[in-house]
Amino acid sequence: MSRGPDSPHDRRVLADRVLERTGVDVARCYQCGKCSAGCPLAADMDFPPSQIMHLLQLADFPEFAELALRSHTIWLCLTCELCFCRCPMELDIPKLMDALRYESRAQKKVNPKARDIIAFHRAFLDSVRYTGRLFEMGQVVDYKLRSGHFLQDMLQAPWMFFAGKLHLLPERVRDRRLLKRMFAKTLKAKESRP
Amino acid sequence: MKTGFYPGCSMKGSAREYSESLLAVARLLGRELPEVPDWNCCGATAAHNLDRDLALALPARILAAAEKAGMDEVLVPCAACYSRLSVTRHELLEDDALRARISGLIEADYRGTARVINILEWLAGVDGLEGLIKTPFARKVACYYGCLLVRPAGIVKFDRPEEPQSMDRLMKRIGAEPLDWAFKTECCGAGFSVSRTDLVARLSGLILEDAVSRGAEAVIVACPMCHLNLDLRRPNIEKSSHKKIAIPVIYVTQAIGLALGIAPKKLGLQRHKVAVKFAAAPSSGTLKDADPSAGISKSGEV
Repeated sequence: MSRGPDSPHDRRVLADRVLERTGVDVARCYQCGKCSAGCPLAADMDFPPSQIMHLLQLADFPEFAELALRSHTIWLCLTCELCFCRCPMELDIPKLMDALRYESRAQKKVNPKARDIIAFHRAFLDSVRYTGRLFEMGQVVDYKLRSGHFLQDMLQAPWMFFAGKLHLLPERVRDRRLLKRMFAKTLKAKESRP
Repeated sequence: MKTGFYPGCSMKGSAREYSESLLAVARLLGRELPEVPDWNCCGATAAHNLDRDLALALPARILAAAEKAGMDEVLVPCAACYSRLSVTRHELLEDDALRARISGLIEADYRGTARVINILEWLAGVDGLEGLIKTPFARKVACYYGCLLVRPAGIVKFDRPEEPQSMDRLMKRIGAEPLDWAFKTECCGAGFSVSRTDLVARLSGLILEDAVSRGAEAVIVACPMCHLNLDLRRPNIEKSSHKKIAIPVIYVTQAIGLALGIAPKKLGLQRHKVAVKFAAAPSSGTLKDADPSAGISKSGEV
């Protein structure tokens, strides 16, 4: 039975797991709110960044940590690094958001509103897994299939093609086998774990 | 000093004019930019959002290939790739155990000898640029750095995280007038261009409207993601902000190329969604100097 940081059997509180993974100690946050004030998407989030920190600080109430893992916020975070840059305690909030995303996915607690964002990431990485480089055309088709947004940007594609920006064939790296092994040992290994 | 070039995926596709203009300028300056051998995608937002090891392994493989080719530094013109490569180098140099694990994944020994530099650092190191200028790029410009050229400050250690100056200085060197404005380092929405176009349209719209209100004739960028969102997403932006916004978005290398007298076509200016209607010098007298609404057409509603 796995007891790694993503494991549902790990009994430590979320804040401790995040600390171990990222070195970010949420206890140091004194709720000044600078991160939320600067965040370009704070108004679109269910919990702005400072509230996510607060949810993790309330370690005696695991239901709050649960709210953070199920939040839309962790998927809306653009990793623009503004919060980290302005945090008076120099807490690396974007890195913490990454750790929450991993845990949210491993525990199957992903917010349903994040479906399109994750579909896009998956399509992106699939393209890289097969060719080693992003094949923009292939990725967009893959994303349409995953998200169901078939008509989105239909008028953009022909224009991009004629501007010479959209290629019909992928560029590929030579050592694609190594790339496949790298994916097999990282993303794929974690996703196939029961 | 051997400088390698990491184009990244977008400069081979949707941002090919960035690569075309960079290579045209480098040729004219007599600088060689060999590509990092057999480079792969840096993993971008997708990798670090879904898997930490993968997000470190993909850039580590690129940096290890550059080291193996004897490169002392790697020029990474895409700000997003620059960030991923810089963060990876920083994290792996800080933590030997992590470096060993990632080296295992990429089946090569990553040592961290090759430095990662961005386009502004590379251009700042070009001496004698002023002497080569054919037609000064005498335009009022809004220098847009975006998020990742200057942040996180402790990792990239480049310029100031708020109100940076390096691109402004560069624009002055080619005769442009960089303006004081508020959105230099605000986020354009980056990787959400396809999955959350609504958010990108709003964030990018705010950036463009501020540039226009200050009287800018062009927004200068140093990142394919920023360009994609501000240029290719213009129809979405106009729909979202209910205005026609005509200001062109130009790569820093295209502006320099124009000043150096390189033909607009060689700089890929024809590939932009928003037409770039000027070559280098302002057509005399017709400059809408102090008109704050210069870039927004009066016809208004879209």
